[in-house]
Amino acid sequence: MTWRRLALWGGFAVVLALLPLVLRNDYYLSLLNFIGIHTILVVGLNLLMGYAGQISLGHAAFFGVGAYTSGILSATYGVNPWLAMVAGLGLAGLLAFLIGIPALKLRGYYLAMATLGFGVIVYIFFVQAQRLTGGPSGLSGIPSLSLAGFAFHTPLRLYALIWGATLGLLALSAGLVDSRLGRALRALHDSEAAAESLGINTQRLKLLIFVWSALYASLAGSLYAHTLNFIAPSSFDIMFSIKLVTMVVVGGMASIWGSLLGAGVLTVLPELLVVFHDFEVVIFGAILMVVMIFLPRGLVRGLLDLWEYRHFRREGASRG
Amino acid sequence: METLAALSQYLISGLTNGAIYALIALGFGIIFNATHIINFAQGEFVMLGALCAISLHQAFPSLPVAFVGAVLLVTLLGLLFERLALRPVKDRSPLTLIIITVGGAVLLKGLAMLWWGKEAYNLPPFSGAVPLSFGPATILPQNLWVLGVAALLLAGLEAFFRLTLTGKAMRACAYNPVAARLVGIPAARMVQLSFGLSAALGAAGGILIAPLTLGVYDMGTMLGLKGFSAAILGGLGSSLGGVLGGLLLGVAESLASGLISSGYRDAVAFFILLVVLFVRPQGLLGGRS
Repeated sequence: MTWRRLALWGGFAVVLALLPLVLRNDYYLSLLNFIGIHTILVVGLNLLMGYAGQISLGHAAFFGVGAYTSGILSATYGVNPWLAMVAGLGLAGLLAFLIGIPALKLRGYYLAMATLGFGVIVYIFFVQAQRLTGGPSGLSGIPSLSLAGFAFHTPLRLYALIWGATLGLLALSAGLVDSRLGRALRALHDSEAAAESLGINTQRLKLLIFVWSALYASLAGSLYAHTLNFIAPSSFDIMFSIKLVTMVVVGGMASIWGSLLGAGVLTVLPELLVVFHDFEVVIFGAILMVVMIFLPRGLVRGLLDLWEYRHFRREGASRG
Repeated sequence: METLAALSQYLISGLTNGAIYALIALGFGIIFNATHIINFAQGEFVMLGALCAISLHQAFPSLPVAFVGAVLLVTLLGLLFERLALRPVKDRSPLTLIIITVGGAVLLKGLAMLWWGKEAYNLPPFSGAVPLSFGPATILPQNLWVLGVAALLLAGLEAFFRLTLTGKAMRACAYNPVAARLVGIPAARMVQLSFGLSAALGAAGGILIAPLTLGVYDMGTMLGLKGFSAAILGGLGSSLGGVLGGLLLGVAESLASGLISSGYRDAVAFFILLVVLFVRPQGLLGGRS
């Protein structure tokens, strides 16, 4: 089992390394870079939703906090981008901690509404605090990241940076899920009371995972800001938070590889379908409802389940 | 005198908005009492009420017809929403139900955008636009319509819950669903009814406010969130609390946008929401947490 898993990760890393040789086009590479950034966001949110059974409807806010902290510090104040990224992580973590303390004491709905409200406030702040954020027209001139003179400013170099980070975070998350902490999380998901009776401090655990997933979002935000060199509030609105939830749901809750799939499918789909633009909101809403009502285990596992079910029924019928 | 006039103006516009928030808050409360679900699509019912009334009024220029017709249409939609999107769900965890109602909200908003487009529509005021002056303040007739009709609806709702058999059955389901079922109350029908009622309340709120704020496809999200903040502020599930929360929130918001900064107007409600969750999560009038 461990060997198989190691082979899987190795294979994935090799595919990632070979992809730029096949897709030599800057457009495809940029698209892959966005998939990578979305994957980081989605895997973080999935740890919260799929494993801890809590929901954040304001994850775009943490993404935005990372992006704007990075952007403002490095573009306006000339701070080293790496340091700015660390500052973004600190701020996002602190905010998640402050929101999480009251909201996580209560049942599921409160965290959903509190994070939704938080998302709206942060978005309004990005639009209104013009002197700091550039207001609705955005913030430009954000420098690229660079390491010892090697600047990450071409799609290929960014690909190496972003997918290096994505691979690392995916592996870290997979490790986390298999650890003692991951087992505690699943216990929490199945029954909060049972988890408590086993000596798990559920409040602290929920808070920890909430802050943890906000850190993923902030990191993705910093990468996004230093990749595009420009950010505007519209990238961090409530609809983006809902898109992230949709990616988690489509990929399958409590699935690390599913996060990659969900982010990939829902990043590529709008690029493929021209009609998608007009119907975007309708399509995301319909996907959320249909998947949750009929395939709550996600698209892939849901369809596999359906297939198995029909397969067994047919076999049963032919035997009987 | 100047400040007094300004303050009373803020108070009136705050109370008007607050009455709408109260209607929405009660909608949240009714569904929560019946099912322990928070319906994230509540705000979209408000938007649909406003836009349906506007379309009906364009086709047939009579306000009473537009009002009743739009409320009936949205009520039907609320009943359908429960039947199609929530009843078939087997896994009834909060997470699943949140995602489904969020999906419903996004879907309804998207459909409204396709149907009505992105422009804002106007509904004429119920009885003219000549401002009335009361001492230092001036009031639009529509402000009075909002406050009056909202008060009537709230009184009617309270009477329904206290005096009619169906209303009493719904309250029984809220207190103890199992016991209610044991004495023969059809719990599933009561749940469906709660969705219809709260859709109707939301739609009425949307139609009342449309002459003051215009009707546009994306008005629902914000109104829904503020209605929820009002419900939490007053105490989720308490009808008196919902009204109190709505009015307080409306006035606080109006004062803050008048005295501090209008740009942050929409942030006030969520700031209050977060503070209440921090300090007193059961709300002002809620007994249990």
